[in-house]
Amino acid sequence: MTKVTLTVNGRTVSGECEDRTLLVHFIREKLSLTGTHVGCDTTQCGACVVHMDGHSVKSCSILAVQASGSTITTIEGLAGQGELHPVQAAFKEHHGLQCGFCTPGMVMTAVDMINREGGSLTEEKVRAGLEGNICRCTGYHNIVKAILAADAEMAGGRQAAE
Amino acid sequence: MGVEGIGARVTRKEDKRFLTGKGRYTDDMTAPGMRYAYFVRSPHAHAKIRSIDVSAAKAMSGVIDVLDGRQLLADGIGNLICGWMIHSKDGSPMKMGAWRPLAADTVRYVGDAIAIVVADTLGEARDAAEAVVIDYDVLPAVTEAVDALKAGAPQIHPESSDNLIFDWQIGEPDATDQAIAAAAHVTEIEIHNNRLSPNPMEPRATLGIYDGAEDHYTCYTTSQNPHVARLVMSAFYNVAPENKLRVIAPDVGGGFGSKIYIYPEEIVCLWASKKTGVPVKWTSDRTEAFLTDAHGRDHVSKVKMAFDADHRITALKVDTIANLGAYMSLFSSAVPTYLYATLLSGQYAIPAIHANVRTVYTNTVPVDAYRGAGRPEATYLLERTMETAARELGISPAELRRKNFIRTFPYQTPVIMNYDAGDYEASLNAAMQAADWAGFEARKATSEANGKKRGIGMSCYIEACGIAPSAAVGSLGAGVGLWESAEVRVNAVGTIEVLTGSHSHGQGHETTFAQLVAGRLGVPIDSINIVHGDTDKVQMGMGTYGSRSGAVGMSAVVKALDKVEAKAKKIAAHLMEADEQDIVIENGELKVAGTDKALPWFQVALASYTAHNLPAGMEPGLKETAFYDPANFTFPAGCYIAEVEIDPDTGETDIIQFVAADDFGNIINPMIVEGQVHGGIAQGIGQALLESVHYDANGQLLTASFMDYAMPRADDLPSFNLSHQNTPCPSNPLGIKGCGEAGAIGSPPALMNAITDAIGNNGLTMPATPMKVWQALHAAH
Amino acid sequence: MYATSYHRASSVEDAVKTKATHDEGKYLSGGMTLIATMKQRLAAPSDLIDLRHIPALRGIKVEGRKVTIGAATPHADVAASRELKAVCPALCQLAGHIGDPHVRHMGTIGGSIANNDPAADYPAGLLGLGATIVTDRRSLVADEFFIGLFETALEEGEMVTAVTFDAPEKAGYAKFNNPASRFAMTGVFVAKTAGGVRVAVTGAGSDGVFRQAGMEQALAGNWSADAIANVAVDASKLMSDLHANAEYRANLVKVMAKRAVVSAC
Repeated sequence: MTKVTLTVNGRTVSGECEDRTLLVHFIREKLSLTGTHVGCDTTQCGACVVHMDGHSVKSCSILAVQASGSTITTIEGLAGQGELHPVQAAFKEHHGLQCGFCTPGMVMTAVDMINREGGSLTEEKVRAGLEGNICRCTGYHNIVKAILAADAEMAGGRQAAE
Repeated sequence: MGVEGIGARVTRKEDKRFLTGKGRYTDDMTAPGMRYAYFVRSPHAHAKIRSIDVSAAKAMSGVIDVLDGRQLLADGIGNLICGWMIHSKDGSPMKMGAWRPLAADTVRYVGDAIAIVVADTLGEARDAAEAVVIDYDVLPAVTEAVDALKAGAPQIHPESSDNLIFDWQIGEPDATDQAIAAAAHVTEIEIHNNRLSPNPMEPRATLGIYDGAEDHYTCYTTSQNPHVARLVMSAFYNVAPENKLRVIAPDVGGGFGSKIYIYPEEIVCLWASKKTGVPVKWTSDRTEAFLTDAHGRDHVSKVKMAFDADHRITALKVDTIANLGAYMSLFSSAVPTYLYATLLSGQYAIPAIHANVRTVYTNTVPVDAYRGAGRPEATYLLERTMETAARELGISPAELRRKNFIRTFPYQTPVIMNYDAGDYEASLNAAMQAADWAGFEARKATSEANGKKRGIGMSCYIEACGIAPSAAVGSLGAGVGLWESAEVRVNAVGTIEVLTGSHSHGQGHETTFAQLVAGRLGVPIDSINIVHGDTDKVQMGMGTYGSRSGAVGMSAVVKALDKVEAKAKKIAAHLMEADEQDIVIENGELKVAGTDKALPWFQVALASYTAHNLPAGMEPGLKETAFYDPANFTFPAGCYIAEVEIDPDTGETDIIQFVAADDFGNIINPMIVEGQVHGGIAQGIGQALLESVHYDANGQLLTASFMDYAMPRADDLPSFNLSHQNTPCPSNPLGIKGCGEAGAIGSPPALMNAITDAIGNNGLTMPATPMKVWQALHAAH
Repeated sequence: MYATSYHRASSVEDAVKTKATHDEGKYLSGGMTLIATMKQRLAAPSDLIDLRHIPALRGIKVEGRKVTIGAATPHADVAASRELKAVCPALCQLAGHIGDPHVRHMGTIGGSIANNDPAADYPAGLLGLGATIVTDRRSLVADEFFIGLFETALEEGEMVTAVTFDAPEKAGYAKFNNPASRFAMTGVFVAKTAGGVRVAVTGAGSDGVFRQAGMEQALAGNWSADAIANVAVDASKLMSDLHANAEYRANLVKVMAKRAVVSAC
C-alpha cells in the first residue's frame, strides 16, 4: 500500500492504495466522488476524463500513485455548490445529455477544449476534439451545439472582462 | 400549451445531477461490508466441463468464496427463460434449451459464466478467478445461423437436434406465390442485417444484498424494467418470493434494449450474497459487455417483391434465418417474429405477404431486442428492396413509393397490424424538400468534377410502438401483459409525486411526465416529482422498451390524473357549495366556471388530508392509481434521406446531409423528441457504416472492445436536419405514437441506398466500411 | 491489472539504477499503452519506474535546423510547439493526431517509440525524418532502432532519453484511421532530407514500420504525387485484419503517400 496525496477540487486529500489502483478508482472509491465514470477498458470512451494539473486526462489509464502530488479537478469541482459552469449550463440548455453517463467526461473535455482553443471553435473542431469521448445517446448533435454555445458565451465573457 | 405543459421545450429537471456528477448509478452504490465479484467465464465457444477445481482460488488472498453452478443447482436456482412462446408452423412449441445462470456441464459461447469469485477487492477477485482450474472437453463450434442449420453442424442443445428453435410463418403462402407467378416484374434480393452490440455507455452492474435477519434481498441493477426483473427472478429463478426481493434500478446509463433482460449476474450476485453473508457487487467491464450483453439483429433473408405492369406491389415473400445465439434470451423469440414480420407491409398496400422465419442456435452471445428490435430488420429489408426495384423498373424511388403508399386509414395489413393513422406522403414531401432532392444532380456533377462519387437515398419506415394490448400479445404467446401503471400522489401541501412503472434511462421522463401533470393542473413543474425504478416504492409496472413510455406509461398517468381531478373537483364543489360539473381546473386553481369563486390547488389537497369537511362518505386523501392497457399498437412513420460523398481512392463515406421527417403523433417535449431521433439516427448510421460483431470460425469474439468494434464518434456524424409531420394517434388519450426507436429503424436503408446509388454496386452489405466500399467500387468497374 | 510496485525516478541515472535492480520492471512514461496493456493483464511488470518527473527528459529544443525532443515530452507539447512548427510542421501535425486530446496530454514520444506499436504514428515520423534516437548509453539511427512488431534495438534496461533530427526541407504526413481504434490503419510520412527523400509507412507492414524504397526513388527524381502513381506496393508484406486486408492497405499506402506529398511543407 502506498500513500497518495492529491489536491482534488481545491482540497488536499490523501489515502492509502495499492500501486495498481487506477486514479479513477481512487477518485470514485477512496474519495467517493462518483461523478467520474468508467465506460471502457481501452482508453477510448472518455467517461473518466478529469483535469490533472490543468489538462484533460483519462483517469482510467493513470495510476493513482502516478498522479500523486498533482492537482485534480473532477466534474464535482467544476462549479461552486449549487451552481453550473457555463459549459454545464449550455449542456442543459441545449439538451446535450440523455442518460448522463458520458456527460461528466464530455463536460470536462469541453472545458479543456475551450481552455485551449476558446473563441475559435467551429463545428468541425469540436467534433474532432471529441474524438476521445463516446456518447451512445445523443448522436453528438446537441453536445456539439452546447459546446459551441458555451464557447461563444465564454468568449463574450472574456471580451466583456477586457 | 403552457410554458411547462405539453408541447413545451422544457429543459430537463434531471440534468443538474448528471451535469454535476451527482447521478447515482448502480456502480456508485455501496453497502456496509460490500465485496467485489468477478466471474469465471468460458474461453471456449463450445465445450463440456469435465471438472471445476476452485480450491487454489479459494485459498488466495482476500477471497471470501468461490461458487459454481453445482452449488447453484443444488440450491434450487432455476434456469433463465424466454418469456414469449412461439409455435412452429407444424404446431410444435419452440425448442428452449436450458440456460443455467452458472454453467455446470456445458458451455455454449465464449463468456458463458461458470463461477463467481467474491473477494475484498476487485483485483483480488480477478487474481483468484485466474486460479480456478477448469478441465474442458472442447467441442466444435458454429457461429453463423446459416451454417448451424446445415447437416453435420455441431449440435448445441439436446432439445434441438438440428439447432432449429422454431420454423414459423405469417401471411398467405399460396396467394403470395400466385401473385409472384403472375407478376409483371419480380425483384429478388438477399438481405443481410449485421449483428450489433448495443453498448450503452454504462456497463451492466449489480449489487446483491442479503439481509439474513429478515430473509430479504435487495438488488440494485442496471435495468430498464425492475418490476419485470423481480417477477422473473421470483417466479422462475426461485431467488426469493416477490415480497422478499426489492429491485432498484437507480440512474441507468442507457439501455437500448440490452438492459431489459435478466442476466445470470443479477441472480448469481443475490444468491452469492446469501451464501457469503456479504453484499456482492459486480460491474461489467467493456469486454465482458461485448461478451455477454445480448446482441441485436443478425438476420439473413431472401426476398421476392412482385409488381404489376403499373408498378404496384402485388406480393412480398420473405424467407428469414435469424441467429438467436447460444440460449433463448427473455424476449428473443418475439423479435424476429411479431416485432419483425408484422411490419413487412411497411407504408405500402401489399395485397399478399408471406414470411417464413427460422430461428437458430449458434455458439454466440444470445441475441435479443436492440433499439428497434425486429422493426429495423423489416424496414431495412423492405426499403433496400424498394430501392432495388425502383432501379430495376427505371423509375424514381419517390415515385415507386408514392404509387404504393397506403392512403386510407384504418388499414388492415395481411400481417396482423391495423394501422390507425398516418400521412406518408407528407413526410416524403417534407424530407425531399428539406434535402433539396431536386438539386441533387447538380451537386453530383460538382462532386464528380472533384473526383468524388455522390449518392442520395431514401427510406420510408413504419414501426409499431406502444407495446402492447395485453390480450393481443397474450394470444400471440407473450408471457406477460404489456400495460403500464401510474400512481398520482398529491401531498397535503399540493405538491405531487407521480409513481410510474416506466423507467427512464436517458429518455427524460422526470421532465416529460411532470410536463403532463403541470399542464393538466396548472401547477409549477418544480412541484412535481417523478418516482420510478424501485419495486418498494412503485406499484407493479412493466418498464421501458419499444418506445412505450409515452404512449402507454403516460396514458396510465392520464388515467390516474383523471381520477385525482374528479375527486379534487368533488371536494372543491363541496367547499365552494357549487355543482361538481361546474368546477374547472386552471392555473393551479379549482374554479367555479362563470364565477370568481376559486380555491388554490394546495387548499383542496390540504382539505382532502385534514378531512374536516369532505363530502359525505368520501375517504380522506388525494391519491389515485391507474393501470392502462393500450387498445392498439401505435404506428410512428416517416421518411429519411441521406446524401453521401464517397472518396473513390479510399472508399471513405462522408455524410453530406441527413434529413429526418417523422410522424410521432402529438409531442410532449420537442427538445427531448429531437434528442431521441438524433441518438437513434446515430445508432442507425453506426449500423450502416461502422458497427458489426465478428466471430472467428472457432467462436472467438474478434470485436470484443472499442479497439475493434467501431462506435460512431462525433466526427463520423453530421448534424441532422429534423422535421415533424404529425398525425395524432387515435388509440391513446394523448395522441402519442413514440419516438425512441425511429432513428435507428429508418436510417440504415437510407444510408445504404445512398451509398449503393453513389458507387453503382447494389451488392454492398452493412457495415459499409471504407474497405468494403472500395472493394465494391472496384468490383463494379 | 496484476500487482506491481511503483517507483518515481528523479533523474535518468536514478531511473536506470532502479531498473537495474528490478529485472521484471518496466519504464513508465505517459503509460497510454503500458497501463492499458496491464489493465488487460497482457503485461505484468513487477515494478514501474516513472519517468514523467525527470525534468531533463522533457522539452523541445530547436537550434538552427537541429531539433531535439526530450523523451518524456507529451504529444500535445510537440503538436503545439511554435519552434518546431517553424522548421518541421509535419511532425507537429503528426503529434496532433495521435490518439485523442487526453491521450496527447499524457502520452510521450519516448514511450511511443520504445513501444513501437505497428500502428503508432511516431515510428513513421522518426523513420521518415531519419532521426537519431538517443538513449542513456548510445545513439541509434531510426533505421536501426525500429526492428519489428513492438520490437526495437533497445537493450535490457536501456532507456530512450531524446530524439534528434535535422529539420527536413519538406515533410508531410497523411494517415487513414482504423474506424474503431483510430490508430493508423495506414500512415505515410514523406520527407525531403539532406540525406535524400525518405518515405516511411506505419499501420500497414506485417513487420511494423518500414521504408518504401520505390517511392523514395520516384520522389527523388520528381517530388510530386504523380511520381508515385505507378510505384508498385507489395501487398504480401502488409497486414490483413478485420478492418483492412493487405490489398486494401497496399492501396492506402499509395493514396496516403500521395496525400503526404501534396500536403508536405
